[in-house]
Amino acid sequence: MSSQRGWKELPLGGIAYRLSTDVKTGDWRALKPVVDHNKCTKCMLCWLFCPDMAIIWDGEKIQVNYDYCKGCGICAHECPVKAISMIPEFEEV
Amino acid sequence: MSKLEVKYPLHTQEILNVNGNEAIAYAVKQSLVDVVSAYPITPQTIIVEKFSEFVADGLVHTEFVPVESEHSAMSACVGAAAAGARAFTATSSQGLALMVEIVYIASALRLPIVMAVANRALSAPINIHNDHSDAYLMRDAGWVQLFTENVQETYDTTIQAFRIAEDERVLLPVAVNLDGFFLSHTLENIRVLPDNAVAEFLGGYRKVAKLGVDYYEEQVPHMLNPARPLTFGSLDLYDYYFEHKVQQVEAMKNVPGVVREVNEKWFELTGRRYGDGVIDAYGVEDADIVVVAMGSGAGTVRSVVKKYRERGEKLGLVRIRMFRPFPYEEVRSLLRGVKAVAIMDKGIGPGSFGALYQDVVSSLYDLGSHPLTVDYVYGLGGRDLTPELVVKMIEQVKEDVKTGRVKEKIRYLGVRG
Repeated sequence: MSSQRGWKELPLGGIAYRLSTDVKTGDWRALKPVVDHNKCTKCMLCWLFCPDMAIIWDGEKIQVNYDYCKGCGICAHECPVKAISMIPEFEEV
Repeated sequence: MSKLEVKYPLHTQEILNVNGNEAIAYAVKQSLVDVVSAYPITPQTIIVEKFSEFVADGLVHTEFVPVESEHSAMSACVGAAAAGARAFTATSSQGLALMVEIVYIASALRLPIVMAVANRALSAPINIHNDHSDAYLMRDAGWVQLFTENVQETYDTTIQAFRIAEDERVLLPVAVNLDGFFLSHTLENIRVLPDNAVAEFLGGYRKVAKLGVDYYEEQVPHMLNPARPLTFGSLDLYDYYFEHKVQQVEAMKNVPGVVREVNEKWFELTGRRYGDGVIDAYGVEDADIVVVAMGSGAGTVRSVVKKYRERGEKLGLVRIRMFRPFPYEEVRSLLRGVKAVAIMDKGIGPGSFGALYQDVVSSLYDLGSHPLTVDYVYGLGGRDLTPELVVKMIEQVKEDVKTGRVKEKIRYLGVRG
């Protein structure tokens, strides 16, 4: 608690005092998208559909930004050549 | 300062023959409002209807956003105010009930929106006439709530509301309450300022307050701006919600001072003021019995109290002009030493007391010796408050003072048995 700010130190109206990118929402993920670059046709549908802007084009191929990918699987679902597979982050107990 | 030094003496103020709604529309027209978004509901409709004529005639620069519900009206105001605009809406009764979710959000996001509430009874049974149950509905919403007594005050208060809301010590939305039909539809000759005087009083267009966040070196305006993004309305759980609520309470503490200041500035400009802005008291200095009331009914009470005082009876009136934040300390010091207080509630809380009664009695608790108190519920659904009813109330309270006790804590004025 002591490291958290008191009301006098917070901006008014519930404005976030830190950038939203400081919060690594990728740690919510249960399933991880993994790209098979041999199959990928670089159609960029995954980039278009990703709700978290977590698909990145690095100039040569697509990459997944795992800091913010929540593992929703939309990219894998939309991929026309099945180049993205969703792999469990944790082993089933 | 003597009245002669008023900046705009009476003869320079144009006379308008308008009802309360038109007076508000005229005040909004002069207040350089950027966005008006509203949905029609009786008895408020004329405000935005009249204002839409100003828009159609090109007399204002305002963006007029007609919406499909009051929920959307307040949402549009929240968006506009968050983008830095001066925003206004108006509603009544069921409309306020429908928008109430966003009413809480507007205050918590600290957006200085102004809303006129033409007070009307809540359903059921369905009723279009005046009482204060809609205003009571939003009493914990974190808004400043001002109540007006006549059409002139409604005009004056609407302009003042923008200045109060946007004051950097406040930054809270303000509701201007006018009694439905009694004020909203009643014609009165009022005095209005020239347009440039109102613009000057408000300091021109809205100036957005600045705030500091970790990721910008300098203070940035508290508004949505793609060049300097801020996150509005993000999730705020047990780790910060409490702190943000305390911030709202702290902002409320600054409101009475700002309301008084604005009341005085308005007096310097126009020669008109309403008590100290917070409370408009009459005859309480030496009073044994005091009536506490809000809105247009206070005018009826004052005329009766005046007659009693002319006969040498020690009666007084406390008209609460600022209902939220409630002026606890002022009420306590005004009612110190009084024998009995009749608190008039134009709204009912089944299973409890009226809202005004609760606040007044809470204010009195810390006094060493307490006056007798009675909650008088009156005027529900627009029932008229006649001078005869006020006399009946005062005579009952005089009887209570004689016997030294109050049998019924709640009494109903003008209801059939």
